[in-house]
Amino acid sequence: MKALQRNIPALLILAAILGGLELFVRAADVKSFIFPAPSAVWTALLDNWNEGYRIFPAAKVTLTEALGGLAMGTATGLVVAFAVSRFPRSRDTVLPLAVAINAIPIVAFAPIANNWFGILSPYSKMAVAASLVFFPIMINVLRGLTDVDSSALELMRSYGASPTAVTRRLRIPNALPYFLTGLKVATTLSLIGAVVGEYFGGLTDTLGRVVVGAASALRFDITWSAILVVALAGMGMYLLAVTVERVLIPWHPSVRGDQPA
Amino acid sequence: MGAARPPAGGIRVNATGESGAADQPVVRLTGVGKTFGAMDAPVVALADINLEIGRGEFVSLIGPSGCGKSTLLRLIGDLTDATDGSVEVNGKPARRARLDRDYGMVFQSPVLFDWRTVEDNVRLPLELFGHDRASQDRRASEMLELVGLTEFAKRHPYELSGGMQQRVAIARALAFSPSLLLMDEPFGALDEMTRERMNSEVLSIWERTGITVVFVTHSIPEAVFLSSRVAVMSARPGRVTRIVEVDLPRPRGLETRESPRYFNLIIEVREALRAGDRAGAASEATLASPERTAAEGGIG
Repeated sequence: MKALQRNIPALLILAAILGGLELFVRAADVKSFIFPAPSAVWTALLDNWNEGYRIFPAAKVTLTEALGGLAMGTATGLVVAFAVSRFPRSRDTVLPLAVAINAIPIVAFAPIANNWFGILSPYSKMAVAASLVFFPIMINVLRGLTDVDSSALELMRSYGASPTAVTRRLRIPNALPYFLTGLKVATTLSLIGAVVGEYFGGLTDTLGRVVVGAASALRFDITWSAILVVALAGMGMYLLAVTVERVLIPWHPSVRGDQPA
Repeated sequence: MGAARPPAGGIRVNATGESGAADQPVVRLTGVGKTFGAMDAPVVALADINLEIGRGEFVSLIGPSGCGKSTLLRLIGDLTDATDGSVEVNGKPARRARLDRDYGMVFQSPVLFDWRTVEDNVRLPLELFGHDRASQDRRASEMLELVGLTEFAKRHPYELSGGMQQRVAIARALAFSPSLLLMDEPFGALDEMTRERMNSEVLSIWERTGITVVFVTHSIPEAVFLSSRVAVMSARPGRVTRIVEVDLPRPRGLETRESPRYFNLIIEVREALRAGDRAGAASEATLASPERTAAEGGIG
């Protein structure tokens, strides 16, 4: 209820923008292939939900790819972060490599992934998504595992705690907020990765292909409705991450306080 | 200027019937020195420290900032290594004593884990030492009662004031019944009123448990009020220049803070600090500390 109240200004602004666009498009008689009216986008979405461009089945496939990529990228990011924090000397080798991988433009990697993992296989899109997700997870978790209060480490030392005990009772809880920050960024990135992967070919029933197909047929109302679905899916995944955060770290200032999440 | 030697064995207050030879000091420092930095530019933090602390004593280490009092405490707790001399706790090398969990540590900041409740923070060492759940619960609630925080057991640290957080840290340090309590300026961040209340609380805990305490502070009144002995230190390099015996009657309370003897002892400690400072300045030429020499126009 409180969350709804807090979001009222954002919803009002959104409604104002949509209403303004609708009026403008109608009054100025803007052609649909330049800018479709919000109502036209909505109609296109309903018309193509389960038939025509089949946006709903496409969204299911794209979401599956994004979630798969999110899982794979998160797992890889966690493994690398733990390994580097456990063996600090590997840091200078691993980090530059990770930065280099992160610097590769995603549009360059997508066709290669299609080639490696099969253009029709969902794994090629998951690979693109995973490559985007990996870095924010890895870098945040690594920071969380290593950015530990030195007095807390001395406290654990005074107990004669083993490195495993220090990791379990201090480093991992300390890294949780960092991980969740990375995860929130990663959710939307995974969706971007999946859609970009689809751009470079794949099954027809994917949001990326719907966007490409509708645009080439100058059906921009359908393109916009597919974009709308991608955005909604991204918001849904983000909200899921926020919910996980509230459950896992209720003690953290970003969750308990009035600070923005 | 050599370090003053305490009387052998030190004063024993509140001796407990704990295991170990009754006349064996809990802490024995012999010729302890600590040098930081590279071989070509060493900084002597501590030199020739000799100190014995008996069972049940409350000893404060006081001195100007940079005199190495915290370093000395960390040497006793084996959180850093001595470069010279030997550090023994309960007749064992400091490392052995640390691994045997002979001491509890309280830092300047409470160092509570935000993700744990107050109770679970106190439980932390017991978990690490593999105590069973029932004894963890019992011990944690005993300790919270000792520091008067029973009703806050289920709260999180951020819901507590600074003084309360430091009380949780004390409860945690005492949870596994160590024979020695090491406290590093634990009340430095608290306001004067809270600090005085915490002082009385620490004294009452000390009296009830009979634990040996080494307490680092830069507050003269705090050191005098709490201690059975005050070890006065000077900087450049850190040395124990004088030991002031505090013969104020116990239990100590408000009347202690208003007694003439208390004020005399404060003056005595203050003068010992001044004397140590002058001696330190005199030895500047041979044992220079970089940040102070420039300011005083000494030899660089």
